[in-house]
Amino acid sequence: MCGIVGIYYKNKDLNKHLGTMLSSMLVQMSERGPDSAGVAVYRNAVDSSSTKITLHAADDDYDWNQMHSLLAKAFSTDVDIEIRVNHAVVATTAPLPEFRTWLALNCPDLRIMSAGTTIEIYKEKGAPRDFVDRFQLQDIQGSHALGHTRMATESAVTTQHSHPFSTGLDLCLVHNGSLSNHNRLRERLQEEGIEFQTDNDSEVAAGYLMWRLHQGASLEQALTSAISDLDGFYTFAVGTRNGFAVLRDPIACKPAVMAENDDWVAMASEFRAIAQLPGVEQATVWEPAPATVYSWGEA
Amino acid sequence: MTEFDLAQDSVRSLNQRLHESPTGRWLVSHPDGRHCIAAGLEASVEINIAGHVGYYCAGMNKQAHITIEGSAGPGLAENMMSGSVRVKGNVSHCAGASAHGGLLIVEGDAAARCGISMKGTDIVVAGSVGHMSAFMAQTGRLVVCGDAGDFLGDSIYEATIYIAGKVGELGADCIEKKMTPEHRQSLADLLSASGVAADTGSFRRYGSARRLYNFNIDHASDY
Repeated sequence: MCGIVGIYYKNKDLNKHLGTMLSSMLVQMSERGPDSAGVAVYRNAVDSSSTKITLHAADDDYDWNQMHSLLAKAFSTDVDIEIRVNHAVVATTAPLPEFRTWLALNCPDLRIMSAGTTIEIYKEKGAPRDFVDRFQLQDIQGSHALGHTRMATESAVTTQHSHPFSTGLDLCLVHNGSLSNHNRLRERLQEEGIEFQTDNDSEVAAGYLMWRLHQGASLEQALTSAISDLDGFYTFAVGTRNGFAVLRDPIACKPAVMAENDDWVAMASEFRAIAQLPGVEQATVWEPAPATVYSWGEA
Repeated sequence: MTEFDLAQDSVRSLNQRLHESPTGRWLVSHPDGRHCIAAGLEASVEINIAGHVGYYCAGMNKQAHITIEGSAGPGLAENMMSGSVRVKGNVSHCAGASAHGGLLIVEGDAAARCGISMKGTDIVVAGSVGHMSAFMAQTGRLVVCGDAGDFLGDSIYEATIYIAGKVGELGADCIEKKMTPEHRQSLADLLSASGVAADTGSFRRYGSARRLYNFNIDHASDY
């Protein structure tokens, strides 16, 4: 069992409330996933000549200042850095492939959680309430977000195995369920050049979508083909730079509920995660149909 | 009218009070998607729930009349024995699962597996139902004023299904059957009892082809 949540603002005036709304949704899903929690938030877009990268250090006392100055020197460029507990969001004009190589050589104990122009990912072991408090999630503003609370079944309880997973620029996926053909599919995608950081099944779903997007598919087309290529149980919530989508497998055993009003659209594993949101009284509430792609924004 | 605010007190406390002194009319506020609201009631009380409920609302209901002003999560009125449950919004999967009696009315849509393994209850859905509805349904009636998803009535026993809209692929051993005047009258009575307006002339009847099991209809009362 896991809990997943997603919120997308149709009315961008609400961006300032993202942190409080996302936090309350995540905490409501604690019983579905007490082992770890994570979020992907879409906010503070950098211009297209820069890349925004979320880095994770195993140690809370990591010396980010040293890393910051090394990085600025190596690429002779300004680097913006914003530290949040053991994560740091770095904005740099350094090309991503070179940055990856540099990071592996100079800061091998840091891991890249996400990269793009808009996405930031934070995730950690432990209860959702502790995660929200520790990462001061309530203060975060943004246009849309995904969240995950994990009860581990397929792989270990580590930060690395926590969700969300991002395998491509600004693309993120949260998953409730389990895939049965992920090993074979991972091999196939690796042959196509998609890289994976873990043995987790959900990461394969994110990698699959990335592969299809690379081929020129829209998110909606990528999700439609996922219905035939992914085998297993899933409810997915997916975020892109400007888009948000939801998909359930054809059997639809894993729960999902959606709510939409003029200002926002929200999805969650259970309605109680949505019940607290301001404006819920005006929202239409329904269960997304199986094997049907729901999307908003540029999906 | 007894008022109970779930923002102030727990579902357990509500259910205990409803089990211990089940009389009169109740208004339950701030359900906020909580699970198991008004489950296991055994008396003829009237309960109005002012909002959306979570899992297993009105489960095992006997005699009580429960109205949900919003939408409901999975397992609404599962194993209901008698009484009635009305949901004004949409309902998640497995509504009325294994229910033996009573009347379940869904004013919106019901998701997958509505009436799965139903054992005598009546379910009236003003909207549509999802896939695998009335799976292994044994007795009772499922009425759908909208459409039905794929695998309707898979492995059905002696339940009767009425559908006004489109039907996806039929489940194993489920077939369309002749709509007799008796069936039309039975449907009209059920719609009237449900307060759902629909033209009985637009419904088709589905049931078991009785090819999957060794069942003798002449001995139905013995089963």
